[in-house]
Amino acid sequence: MNSFDSNPATNSLISSEADSQRTLYPYVTGTSVVGIKYKDGILLAADMGGSYGSTLRYKSVERLKPVGKHSLIGASGEISDFQEIMRYLDDLILSDNMWDDGNSLGPKEVHNYLTRVMYNRRNKFNPLWNSLVLGGVKNGQKYLGTVSMIGVHYEDNHVATGFGNHLARPLLRDEWRENLTFEEGVILLEKCMRVLLYRDRSAVNKLQIAKITEEGVTISPPYSLKTFWNFSAFENPTHGAEGSW
Amino acid sequence: MSSIGTGYDLSVTTFSPDGRVFQIEYAAKAVDNSGTVVGIKCKDGIVLGVEKLITSKMMLPGSNRRIHAVHRHSGMAVAGLAADGRQIVARAKSEATNYESVYGEPIPVKELAERVASYVHLCTLYWWLRPFGSGVILGGYDRDGPQLYMVEPSGVSYRYFGAAIGKGRQAAKTEIEKLKLSEMTCRQGVIEVAKIRIYGVHDEAKDKAFELEMSWVCDESNRQHQKVPDDILEEAKAAAKAALEEMDAD
Repeated sequence: MNSFDSNPATNSLISSEADSQRTLYPYVTGTSVVGIKYKDGILLAADMGGSYGSTLRYKSVERLKPVGKHSLIGASGEISDFQEIMRYLDDLILSDNMWDDGNSLGPKEVHNYLTRVMYNRRNKFNPLWNSLVLGGVKNGQKYLGTVSMIGVHYEDNHVATGFGNHLARPLLRDEWRENLTFEEGVILLEKCMRVLLYRDRSAVNKLQIAKITEEGVTISPPYSLKTFWNFSAFENPTHGAEGSW
Repeated sequence: MSSIGTGYDLSVTTFSPDGRVFQIEYAAKAVDNSGTVVGIKCKDGIVLGVEKLITSKMMLPGSNRRIHAVHRHSGMAVAGLAADGRQIVARAKSEATNYESVYGEPIPVKELAERVASYVHLCTLYWWLRPFGSGVILGGYDRDGPQLYMVEPSGVSYRYFGAAIGKGRQAAKTEIEKLKLSEMTCRQGVIEVAKIRIYGVHDEAKDKAFELEMSWVCDESNRQHQKVPDDILEEAKAAAKAALEEMDAD
């Protein structure tokens, strides 16, 4: 990227020779991530699907990962870019650990780092095509934030990416409250994930819930939600419209 | 063993008639005059220890780290000119991260030692560079088990069971040779290193004030390089002082 401007072929910011180096569209994508603060820390939920366009191609993609001792990251969007982000974070955490001085990066710092990375990539017209959720607890302080692929970032008591913003956030705005217990938090998240499963075409019924507290990170093994399809309207779907399907 | 290499010692690119490069030998002298650095390879890991001579009472204890982590699984203890040592450590860190990003696995300690040695040697080949005035003891734990290497200013690197550089190295080496390292665990190793340092230094009596800095990579630390936990360090210092009193009492 350093010879970008000096090389005449790549002189213009959006020239054709350099196009092969820029992200133009995502290929394998993950769908929504939903996160909430609860009494002891943060809960994140994400399904394990990796879609290839409209095909639900990969069904065991882990989209929730621990970062250092104090944070959890969840990503939606291009999976390969998420893997690259994990590489950057691993380097960051390694350098932090090598100081060996009793201090370590907390979720607020990691969130800020990610924001810088995403925003700078966007300014070069070569974004990392992800929306990230970053949550964690350090010294009793809970933190939950999100960054989008264009660098928009904020923190809140509950966040979501993608479809989660439209389907899950309204539920959370009504039903989230301070100091939910772990069980209540999981029930609330499962409610959101169930709605997403019904209504988001790129959702798969295999999800993980991750929790982070002062003690550490636990990511649940994958499991499925119970769904209900016996609505009477589905029994005879063409009832009111003969000839349709 | 000092000899004046009049005329042949002005540049690192000059050999003397008897085949020595004096500049490199002078660089080694810088290492010989620094505080002692000791490393031992125990059954389950490596222990590194540094005698940090305290030049001023105003210095904050715990500052001026002489042992640096190079990667998750390895660390380096530096003797000689501190600034030169920092440069060697920086290079080692960058080699280690580069290897991991290319090959996907942590750098084998042997590979790391070779790369560091090449880099140190590099600076002895050109007249516009000077040799590093510091030697390092590199200890790490990889798939082949715990390993200890020492890199000298000449760029030479050997693998050791126990190594010492700096002022008290002769005394330290004699003590290390007496130890049965292959049967010792790192916990015991920490105590032995404390004893060696406190013996080796105490005899000097010239620089009474010093701080002991120790680190280890062993099964107990999950094969990660880290500073020896404070409680174990205190235990080791106490045991070493007690043993020292016993010796003096004789």
